[in-house]
Amino acid sequence: MMLGGPLPDRTLEGEALLAGLRRRWKGLGLLWLVLMGVILLRLWTLTVFYGEEYRRQAENNRTRVVTLKPPRGILYDRNGTPLVSNLPSFDVSIVPEDVGEEKEVVARLASILRLDPDDVEERIADLKLRRPYEPVKIKENADWRDVTRIEARRIDLPGVVVEVENRRRYLYDVLGAHLVGYIGKVTPEQLKEDLYKGFPREIQVGQYGIERSFDRFLVGQPGEKLIEVNAAGREIRLLGRREPTPGDDLQLTLDLNVQRAAEDALGDRPGAVVALDLPSGEVLAMVSRPAFNPNDFSAGISGSRWSRLRDHGGFPMTNRAIQNAFPPGSTFKIAMAAAGLESGVITPETAVTCTGAIRFGNRDFRCWKAGGHGRVSLHRAIVESCDVYFYELGRKLGVDRIAETAKALSLGRQTGIPLPSERGGLIPTAEWKKRARGQPWYPGETLSVAIGQGYVLTTPIQLATMSAVVGNGGEWRRPSVVRAVRLHADWTFRSLEEAERVTSEVKPETLAFIREGLRGVVHEPGGTGRAARVEGLDIGGKTGTAQVVTLRDRREARETRFRDHAWFVAVAPVANPRIAVAVLVEHGGHGGSAAAPAARKVIEAYLAPKNNPPPPGGAS
Amino acid sequence: MTVDRRFIEHFDWVLLLSVLLISAAGVLTIYSASATPYGPQPTLYLRQIYWIGAGLVVMLAAASIDLNTLKRLGPVFYAAAVILLLSVLVMGRVGMGARRWVQAGPVSFQPSEFAKVFLIFWLASHLADRPSASGLRLRDLARPAALLAVPFLLVLKQPDLGTAAILFFVAATMFVAAGVRLKPVLALAAAAGAAFFFMWPVLWGSLKEYQRQRILVYLAPESDPLGMGYHISQSKIAIGSGGFWGKGYLAGTQGHLAFLPERHTDFIFAVFVEEWGFLGAIALVGLFVFFVVWSAEIAYRARHRFDTLLAAGVTALFAWYTLVNLGMTMGLTPVVGVPLPFMSYGGSSVVAGLAAVGILMNVRLRRFRIFG
Repeated sequence: MMLGGPLPDRTLEGEALLAGLRRRWKGLGLLWLVLMGVILLRLWTLTVFYGEEYRRQAENNRTRVVTLKPPRGILYDRNGTPLVSNLPSFDVSIVPEDVGEEKEVVARLASILRLDPDDVEERIADLKLRRPYEPVKIKENADWRDVTRIEARRIDLPGVVVEVENRRRYLYDVLGAHLVGYIGKVTPEQLKEDLYKGFPREIQVGQYGIERSFDRFLVGQPGEKLIEVNAAGREIRLLGRREPTPGDDLQLTLDLNVQRAAEDALGDRPGAVVALDLPSGEVLAMVSRPAFNPNDFSAGISGSRWSRLRDHGGFPMTNRAIQNAFPPGSTFKIAMAAAGLESGVITPETAVTCTGAIRFGNRDFRCWKAGGHGRVSLHRAIVESCDVYFYELGRKLGVDRIAETAKALSLGRQTGIPLPSERGGLIPTAEWKKRARGQPWYPGETLSVAIGQGYVLTTPIQLATMSAVVGNGGEWRRPSVVRAVRLHADWTFRSLEEAERVTSEVKPETLAFIREGLRGVVHEPGGTGRAARVEGLDIGGKTGTAQVVTLRDRREARETRFRDHAWFVAVAPVANPRIAVAVLVEHGGHGGSAAAPAARKVIEAYLAPKNNPPPPGGAS
Repeated sequence: MTVDRRFIEHFDWVLLLSVLLISAAGVLTIYSASATPYGPQPTLYLRQIYWIGAGLVVMLAAASIDLNTLKRLGPVFYAAAVILLLSVLVMGRVGMGARRWVQAGPVSFQPSEFAKVFLIFWLASHLADRPSASGLRLRDLARPAALLAVPFLLVLKQPDLGTAAILFFVAATMFVAAGVRLKPVLALAAAAGAAFFFMWPVLWGSLKEYQRQRILVYLAPESDPLGMGYHISQSKIAIGSGGFWGKGYLAGTQGHLAFLPERHTDFIFAVFVEEWGFLGAIALVGLFVFFVVWSAEIAYRARHRFDTLLAAGVTALFAWYTLVNLGMTMGLTPVVGVPLPFMSYGGSSVVAGLAAVGILMNVRLRRFRIFG
């Protein structure tokens, strides 16, 4: 190796070159220092100037608020039999923020759960109101085998969480479905209600029936826990916890035994049954057919199932007991008789000769019995349901006086039963027609009203209530569906605020007379409701047949959809009524044959129970 | 090679101490970054210590080699660099979407880390041999620039945007230090600008999707906080949340709960600042500034043009690495993936870095030789 020697650096020229090199190098160094100054400035801004903000973001990063869902209150029937339970079930959810490669994770999860990946994507994209890091439910009530598969592949499924949920189980399936109702995810509209203020999007709340109307007791108050999570969203430790408040339990007015009897009596026929306890006005049974299974909703109803229900021609989601208003037919003669007696237009002794028809204006109004009933008193007119008697009475009364009494018997407006979407029905007056139709009232229309046709519309619950007014002798209570609430706080049953007590303007003597008529309908020879008769029970009732098409067309129309609606209203025992029933069988034909036997079975189940309440699960 | 009294006497203990302090901070932070069940293996810090040990041996060797010999071997180093980079292309192992590693016996290493140092050797010797009192002309620049284009493109091919950028900056720094006439530089800049403008669509099209994303995200990181902007956002949150005092050692949440990606390598500074705060960061950045200034001083005081250019090249390497990495973790520069010298985990970068420190020491030692 050669040391020393003449190197260019040692020459004068070399020294000059080196000096230039050093000068430029110094300049570059200063430039770097300036740039590092910018770095330090940035460091200061990030840590000190915006430090608080970033610290908050770091906290948000690592902590999550997880909702603790409160168990819903349990529903019992009036005898203490539970109607629902809260079963633990596994729900699979996704926290989109934690997922990362969304397409792949969704595809894997969908294959494990046997779902369509597009549906899963849709669910994730759907929730615009979701708070950040709030899980999106992908499958409710997942199979435990699916859950173990998911747990085994946790590494491949970031952001997928399995939560244990209390799933609402309706022990008797369709039994009392319309009364009990169902639950479902809280809707954006509901979140604006006071009751659900601040509720998380995933919580299930009452959507129908008692579950909805009494949700203020049932839903409870959600709690939350604050957890620390890692970047994959997995819980690391618990930072804080506020327990949820469970919902309060409710004792319903429903009698499982009576409800079962009513369901069986109606069978598969479309229609409704309402049974009220007397004198309390408590709903013992409420059936609407066709029905739905509320369990389908609490598990998160599938799209296909929902469209099947929605497109079902029979409207299974409609509670016919309070939402379907039809002409009451001859059951309206109860109101007619009361109106006649109250107004003094007739006395119980007033008699009319029925020749099978009456001519009014230029039209014949026929009695249902073509040959006529001959000379009938008011009592016999009720028993035999003589149309001509009531045509005559209607003509004398005029529509407004009929309406006055009908309303006093609770018809023509909502009964106030605490369930959503009750319809009011219609009791026409001259003033109503002027207002609604812009036409004067024609006297001939009064004759139609007199036999419960024409404009008159009543719901099953209204007719049941009318029967209750008659049965109670004037005093009545608005129908109620809940007897008592067991507050979670102290585990004691408290009676709910009592339903409003109403005193009808109709005199007790009038109602007593009508009750005798109703008893005659069932028990006397020639009574139209003899099908309701049963050994040992003092049943009174009234049949009704509501025309779907006019008498003239009926002969041509034999199809089911043109057949008459069959009504039967009843009270029992007549001497001291304890139950009022209204039965509607849509397109069932005659009230006496189609509806009366159903009413009888309901009354029997309440007054003369043969067996104990049915075991859970064996619903009809 | 002679280990004599002067070697001990004039050994640059200060430079070594500053490097060891930075390395110690690195080991501590790697321990913290991997001390969680959700991260890389928890024993990474031990391996980093082994690498530092190996690097120190290489450093001593590099400090003792005769610089004149090295200077003469300039073209050999160039060839070695190109061969190293070609080996990646031929037998490289793919990791994280790029082909950067080569398996050599039991260890795999990143040849580009060593190629950078080799190229500095070559460029220093090349420029030292072609002195020009009034500065390099465009003609003088053409040859080294063309030669540099080969390794540059090889690195881009891997692809390793970060190393390519560093290579460019270091070469540019050495050119400027060696002296360049203003006119050709301006002409070159204008030509590059025009070429960039017209070639942009082609260039954009040739980029890999993730490279395009990185550029877009750099321009607007908040546009995609959970996607590609994630790195930058999380890094800024980690640094910012450290505040003035820091959260305390092993108490960082961004790092420990795995929100921060690449936290033991490229984003290790963010982990450090989250735990040690502005105060700790000032100390660390201060160490880096001290180290770079001390190295620059070695270059400045060197008595030969080759020595100065060599030390300047090595200093520029560390200076640009530090600047680009810190800028990246704080969202000032695009996420190009360059390590922070002596802090980031990585055997190749530690060993190559310490070898470069050895060269600085070597240059300094020559000042104290009577002949040299």
